[in-house]
Amino acid sequence: MATVKISVNGTPQEIDVDPAMPILWVVRERLGLSGTKFGCGIAQCGACTVHLDDEPVRSCSTPISAADGKAITTIEGIAAEDGTLSKVQQAWISEQVPQCGYCQSGQIMSATALLKETPQPNDEQINAYMAGNVCRCGMYGRIRKAIKVAAGIEPSTTQETPA
Amino acid sequence: MSDTETTAVDPDKPERSKAAKWTRRGFIGAGALAGGALLVGVAVRSGNPVGKLKPIVAGGDGEALINSWVKIDADNIVTAIVPHCEMGQGANSTLAQMLADEMDVSWDNVRVMDAPADGNYVSQHAVRTFVGPGTIPGKPNQVSFMEPTYDGLFTQIGKLADAYITGGSSSVRSTGQNGMRVAGAAAREMLIGAAAAEWGVPADEITTQDGVLSHAGSGQSAPYAQFAAAAAEQTLPRAPRIKQASEFKLMGTPALRKDIPCKVDGTGIFGIDGGPAEGPGKDALRYAAVKAAPVVGSTVEAIDASAAKAMPGVLQILNMGDFVAVVADSYWQAQQALRSVKTTYSKTEIDGLDTEQMFAQYAAALDEAGMDGGNSKADYGDAAGALSSAAKTVEAEYKVPFLAHATMEPMNCTAWVRDGKCDIWTGTQVPLMSRKGAAEGAGVGEDDVTMHTVMLGGGFGRRLTPEYANQAARIAKATGYPIKMIWSREEDTAQDFYRPADISRFSGGLDEQGRVVGWSNIHCSEDEPAEAPLVEFYDIANVSVRGAEVEAPLRLGAWRSVGHSQHGFFVESFVDELAHAAGKDPLEFRRTLLANSPRHLAVLEGAAKMADWGSDLPEGHGRGIAIARSFNSIVAEVAEVDMTGDMPRVTKMFCCVDAGYAMNPDGLSAQMESGIIYGLSAALYNEVTIKNGAVEQSNFHDYRMMRMVDAPQIAVQIINGAPDNLGGAGEPGLPPAAPAVANAIFAASGTRIRELPIAKHFA
Repeated sequence: MATVKISVNGTPQEIDVDPAMPILWVVRERLGLSGTKFGCGIAQCGACTVHLDDEPVRSCSTPISAADGKAITTIEGIAAEDGTLSKVQQAWISEQVPQCGYCQSGQIMSATALLKETPQPNDEQINAYMAGNVCRCGMYGRIRKAIKVAAGIEPSTTQETPA
Repeated sequence: MSDTETTAVDPDKPERSKAAKWTRRGFIGAGALAGGALLVGVAVRSGNPVGKLKPIVAGGDGEALINSWVKIDADNIVTAIVPHCEMGQGANSTLAQMLADEMDVSWDNVRVMDAPADGNYVSQHAVRTFVGPGTIPGKPNQVSFMEPTYDGLFTQIGKLADAYITGGSSSVRSTGQNGMRVAGAAAREMLIGAAAAEWGVPADEITTQDGVLSHAGSGQSAPYAQFAAAAAEQTLPRAPRIKQASEFKLMGTPALRKDIPCKVDGTGIFGIDGGPAEGPGKDALRYAAVKAAPVVGSTVEAIDASAAKAMPGVLQILNMGDFVAVVADSYWQAQQALRSVKTTYSKTEIDGLDTEQMFAQYAAALDEAGMDGGNSKADYGDAAGALSSAAKTVEAEYKVPFLAHATMEPMNCTAWVRDGKCDIWTGTQVPLMSRKGAAEGAGVGEDDVTMHTVMLGGGFGRRLTPEYANQAARIAKATGYPIKMIWSREEDTAQDFYRPADISRFSGGLDEQGRVVGWSNIHCSEDEPAEAPLVEFYDIANVSVRGAEVEAPLRLGAWRSVGHSQHGFFVESFVDELAHAAGKDPLEFRRTLLANSPRHLAVLEGAAKMADWGSDLPEGHGRGIAIARSFNSIVAEVAEVDMTGDMPRVTKMFCCVDAGYAMNPDGLSAQMESGIIYGLSAALYNEVTIKNGAVEQSNFHDYRMMRMVDAPQIAVQIINGAPDNLGGAGEPGLPPAAPAVANAIFAASGTRIRELPIAKHFA
């Protein structure tokens, strides 16, 4: 066991934990943030994607020790403090992206990181960056479109403000 | 309380009026809650469900339960209570859309609530549609030694016993048409009746809009909620008037799905997130990792847990007979420890089994049967005679592998057994079966099991079995802890209920003009549904379709589109081969064959037009077309492939669908996109293989998923070809995908793909 100092969604935390435990299970079980999902355990599917100091990482395969002194951001931490959804989240609604939704926390975290790095990505850049995130419901076309909507490259499909 | 047999719309008849008879006995029942509030139930099975449901569904103060599928609260918020699981198909939202439209309430004021796992929400129609007479999902070729493992639970479905089920693309066309719409219309009529009595005006002068009752003549108006209680005094409507398509306001529109917001901010609760929310249950929660015997029928003979016991956080290591469980303070610790448990399994008669042997057995069964042996599935005209006198005959054999479902969320279940009761949190397509499985595992009665509603991280037919709920309940009972049991991806891949492999042989005859005069087919698997291999929509006079019986000692199950996933590929590949043998364009060839099937023809033409069939493509590119009818929806797809690389690359898919009527066009389109990608993953990459009796694949590195970089552009066009004869959405997009791509590969390269997955041929 070791004490790990991390910030999670802006809140500083000190956690006594096996330093080898993956970030995924610390976040889900110790911090009660269940939006980050377990899919494969070997960094193949991206369902567990979180940000470590703004860099996307597969939390199922990244030990908590790697986060010591760093900031972890999960799906629960990307909306504004007043609850306003991020542009990526809003685009996910306007394009009606999720079906089962299980992979979408990871997809949104990857897309958010992509747009931070490349605010106006082309198809090739989107495809390459999102290649680590599997969606078994096959919503790739909608994800690609939603990323462009969030980037302001394309207009949104549904104009209504979601309830 | 009173029961009234009602009449409503026959979904299979074009007539949409009060006079039409309901095909099944439908009931509207009503009663009063304490305090005089209204309670109305609508059921598509005999008996009044309301009494038992009252304590389960009735909400907080000021809420009146209007019927089994709808309640109105004091804020005029309408809650549709839907008897299906939300596994991504968006059907629950569409069901609410249907109810809200009939009821004349605005979409913003509608909420969706999953029905509790109670026998009264059983959807028998769904069971019938999905199962069909004489077949049982998940049971093709099931071998006898598996029976005790599942204790007849499959058989229970087969008997059409109580089984609230989400599958068979049935939610909208059964529950929606027969339940939701009738419920909405009945509730509206009772509210109007109550207002008419109170205001002293004729009921037919009262109009409804956005949840408000109005009478223009007297200038009176009131929200629905105001008359919820008074509506209890109304005579039950015998035949609620259902809207004509021209009157639809919400139906047929792309209303935003209600389940999506919680899926973009991390608040949605899936099975893996479920569990005691607070208090002692939450504090006591522990985690279990499990590993079942890898070979079907094998048991755990002995375990050596000495190393695992000493690992941090480990609480208990259990030999459960058919699987090993490690319980620990965290799931990761449990997983780590499980890996160091040494296990000895009992020998079985299939320890030496491998996939090659199984396919050899299938081929031998077909050899023995010939083209006219086995069981007849369809037989009209004289296929043998037509083939023997045909100007040209074509023969081909096709082969498809076993497939896993690979839902994004691995199987899991949280169980808490205490004081003779059991609480269960698990994603399931069959809550009642899971409840039974949990009850047996916990050693309590079914009525002592509480199923907590959670979302499913994918279903596709995988979550039609109760074994994981049973496992979790057994572990919880054995340890006394509330237990969150999660399968590793490796366990999920190794312990699936696989799509059956199959071999299918065809012989087709052409006349001098290149018209199909005879069609003979024999294949191995049992067909679910029975129509899967049939070609009655094609204008062929002499047809024989037969099945040879084989045994596959694996866990087999229903996989998205079930038998259509195999036969769509077989039939449409062979039609393509016949077209080329006849020297005809595959589109033109199918046009001729579909001369007597106007809806099929319209869908075929739609897809061809979208793809600009016949226009030039770059060198090395090709186009293929395929059409299939499944779950009462007709779908044609045109694939474009690029053969200039090492591996075929699907660049575009054009999809035209006629599902009768698209209740939510965007939802139907999304399901087509989904079915296509799911089908392409399988067609291009996937096969489950067996070695020494066990599944060889383990995770996404060796069971490859289509990723965004491989995903084609998809265009979907919808034809509302039969507004009163709805088809399914979740499955029908899949069957044409594989043959369209295989046919495109042939068009581009002359290579005929007769065995899936395609990647095998380009390794």
